[in-house]
Amino acid sequence: MNTGLLSQLLEVLLALWLAPLLTGWVNQWRAWLQNKSAPSLLQPYRKLHKLFHKEPVLAEHASPFYRMAPYLVFGAMALACAIIPSLSTDLPLSPAADAIALVGLFALARVFLSLAAMDVGTAFGTLGARRDMLIGFLAEPALLMVLFCASLLSQSTSLTTIVDQFAHRQFAIHPSLALAGVAFILVSLAENARIPVDNPATHLELTMVHEALLLEYSGRHLALLEWAASLKLFAYACAGLALFFPWGVADARSPEVLLLALPVLMGKLAVSGALLALLESVSAKMRIFRVPEFLASAFLLAVMGMLINILLGA
Amino acid sequence: MPLDCILLVVAAWLLIGIFGVLVLHRLRLVARLMFPAGGLAGLLLAAAAAWSLTFPPASVILPIGLPTLPFHFRLDSLAAFFLLILGAVSAGVSFFAAGYFRSGEGTPPGLLCLEYHVFLASMALVLLADDAYGFMVMWETMALSSFFLVIANHRLGEIRRAGYLYLLMAHVGAMAILLCFGVLQANTGDYTFANLRAQHLSPFAASLAFLLATAGFGAKGGLLPLHVWLPEAHPAAPSPASALMSGIMLKTAVYGLLRVTFDFLHTPLWWWGLLLLALGLASALAGVVFAAVQVDMKRLLAYSSIENLGLVFAGTGLAVLFAAYDMRPMAALALTAVLYHVASHACFKSLLFVATGAVLHATRERSLGKLGGLIRYMPWVAWITLLGALTSAGLPPLGGFVSEWLLLQSFLFTPGLPNAFLNMLVPVVAALIALVTALAGYTMVKFFGVIFLGQPREEKLSQAHDAGYWERIGMLWLAAGCLVLGLFPVQVLALLDAVTRPLVGASLATQAGPWLLAPIDPARASYGPVLFLLGVSGCVATTFLLVRWRYHGRLQRVPPWNCGYPWRNARMQDTAEGFGQPIRQIFEPFFRMERDLPDAFDATPHYRVSVSDPLWHWLYLPIARTVERLARLAGQLQQGRIAIYLLYSFLTLIAVLLVVRQ
Repeated sequence: MNTGLLSQLLEVLLALWLAPLLTGWVNQWRAWLQNKSAPSLLQPYRKLHKLFHKEPVLAEHASPFYRMAPYLVFGAMALACAIIPSLSTDLPLSPAADAIALVGLFALARVFLSLAAMDVGTAFGTLGARRDMLIGFLAEPALLMVLFCASLLSQSTSLTTIVDQFAHRQFAIHPSLALAGVAFILVSLAENARIPVDNPATHLELTMVHEALLLEYSGRHLALLEWAASLKLFAYACAGLALFFPWGVADARSPEVLLLALPVLMGKLAVSGALLALLESVSAKMRIFRVPEFLASAFLLAVMGMLINILLGA
Repeated sequence: MPLDCILLVVAAWLLIGIFGVLVLHRLRLVARLMFPAGGLAGLLLAAAAAWSLTFPPASVILPIGLPTLPFHFRLDSLAAFFLLILGAVSAGVSFFAAGYFRSGEGTPPGLLCLEYHVFLASMALVLLADDAYGFMVMWETMALSSFFLVIANHRLGEIRRAGYLYLLMAHVGAMAILLCFGVLQANTGDYTFANLRAQHLSPFAASLAFLLATAGFGAKGGLLPLHVWLPEAHPAAPSPASALMSGIMLKTAVYGLLRVTFDFLHTPLWWWGLLLLALGLASALAGVVFAAVQVDMKRLLAYSSIENLGLVFAGTGLAVLFAAYDMRPMAALALTAVLYHVASHACFKSLLFVATGAVLHATRERSLGKLGGLIRYMPWVAWITLLGALTSAGLPPLGGFVSEWLLLQSFLFTPGLPNAFLNMLVPVVAALIALVTALAGYTMVKFFGVIFLGQPREEKLSQAHDAGYWERIGMLWLAAGCLVLGLFPVQVLALLDAVTRPLVGASLATQAGPWLLAPIDPARASYGPVLFLLGVSGCVATTFLLVRWRYHGRLQRVPPWNCGYPWRNARMQDTAEGFGQPIRQIFEPFFRMERDLPDAFDATPHYRVSVSDPLWHWLYLPIARTVERLARLAGQLQQGRIAIYLLYSFLTLIAVLLVVRQ
């Protein structure tokens, strides 16, 4: 129990601490790949530090809902990081939320953020809310299908059980998981506001999705939302790594591996961050009305993965 | 003993109704006394029904009705569960109604009180009825009383039209149900449910009965393609009546279908389940897609009811499939999901409907395009509605999520079915359910965001007043239902077990403690809503305190930045039509759309788009035209001249004589 509590606490704190680093790492690689001089790895921390110190400037008619939303989104993302078994599968919080509840948690954060963007009542905010919900309602079922592929293989929707089983079985390539993996990458690109769906570095309001939601936010609220966005990226990266490359994750039987799990996780994250930057650099942003096709293909891939799973049992 | 209590409550409702007629125009008396009394009776009903869940079935024969045909009543756990919902939800709606009926709606308040309480009483008796005769009488009373509630504002032509359509469809459905009972009694001439239960029908007769029941109860429950009346009739009624119709009356259809399928027909066939699954999913998808493009807030909710009932029917189909292959524990799981969704839909849909009533009262506006920013003028209504909208969107840790979770869990078990064809359908079905739930989230963001957030789109909205005390009590009660269903699923499941066990003959596996919902096995799947809520709120509170402590809590209020754009007004916000536009584009084949696009050189450009149901044009209008043509042909017999009628009589007489002589 004690090691469980320890690994739980360690996971949350590590996520909070490492998430901006992952964002900085991806930004750095993207700059390198695009032949630009890269910002420092610690730039996201400096930005958060600056924003927290600034005085937030709030629209005069913004309702309490607007001020509440950043805390809620941040809290939801922190909990998401807590229930994804990135370091250890011995997590006391994990029975509280399985794969379906994880998808629900992401949906909860998205709904709150979209509603908050509608609260001030400016044109860009509502536009962003509409687009974000559009991406969300297509990405959410696709993500659920990806997780179901894994659930069907391990006969469980509990994330820790899935990862535990995947980590301790003989190495085998499952065709269903391969399809689910591709779908997962497409979904993560969309959900984390990455190219080709959205551009995190855009300055043009009309093409923004995620940034449009944050346009009216400033100061500590903006800091929390930026941090939450990096937490989300971190959570998706950890979920993908835990599902598709589960080796090196500690469990209740061997808590001492926890010491080894951290460097393994950081190594995996470093590689996947660089790959994400590469993926972003070689693709172009698509029009918003091409996004449904993009996500529908993710959805269909995951459904096909489930079908193959049922037909072949693999 | 609980049965006596429940019959007393029904009698009390009828008495309240009659008393309402005696004080026909005394609005304050009716609103402040009659409706709260009806609400208290509802609470009593809920208590009695909850109490009776642990009792064995009880029955009673009341010597009313026809001389040789008394009414049989029976209270078993299935009826008790639906009575519990009826009592609990109607209490909230009645308390709300006490504050709602402030001015006449066209029908005098006393008459409304009669219709309202007769409606409640007839729903209770539908659930209690233990013979086909009593069931049909009560079913018709329910349809008629709700018809009069729908046309409460009968001075408007469109409301009369909606009421007519509702009456027509209700009777088409009632005929199918009557025929279904006719098949079920298998020529014994005994229409008591005990006899129907004792018959063992041939597969053909059983299938016929099942199809008739699906048609009849499906017409009441808004199952595709018999759903067209629902989005017309539910919005037309005064809001408390809409809440009752969407929240409770639709559930009587679910009750009827469960009663026939699991209680009367003992050996379900697998294709019944498939049929229900297909129809349910089609309704769910069509319902949510249409809900997403509506611009009238009550119509949006009505379409969302079609979606939710579609999910309920799909879950029932899954339970039938499992039962057909004798996988009892799985059938119990699917049935539990169905009943859970019935309960949570009853809570949140009534809540949302009464909330639209409060908005309607405060603003006199139903169109989403003319609302906005109401969270500043009606904070009570807004925050309570937010809870209902989140429940409706199926978000944790609220009631809608638990039923979705249970439903998806039971789908993940379907690969165990011994039918390879069905197994291949699983991914598609699960994917559709996930899509429907996600779209429900989209719809609810639109619903809540456009009404309550942003800036008021009309000047007059700044005069909107918040709900009164009675309305708040009613809404808080319904919101508490959403919360309790969301946070204490283990306790609710323990109650539901008494309902599902007699129907499918199996219970869910042992539970993993009072805080962890694990219907099969904690290693397989578990969900702890309380822990989930504590986790989220713990993270939120820690963050809030840390930010305050480490940094500061200063704040500056300025006009919105709006990307530096110098002038802005409320008309520049995204509209309800705009919010529906991506859905219209993606699901274009679903709609029959008419669009007028303005010309680029138009001095006064107008954009108009109207979306209607293609089924109306493909199915209903051709039927209506055929009926009209036949009626015109028959009408040619009617010449209006006495000589011709005498000729008819003469010819008939000769024909009769010919028949008699042989």
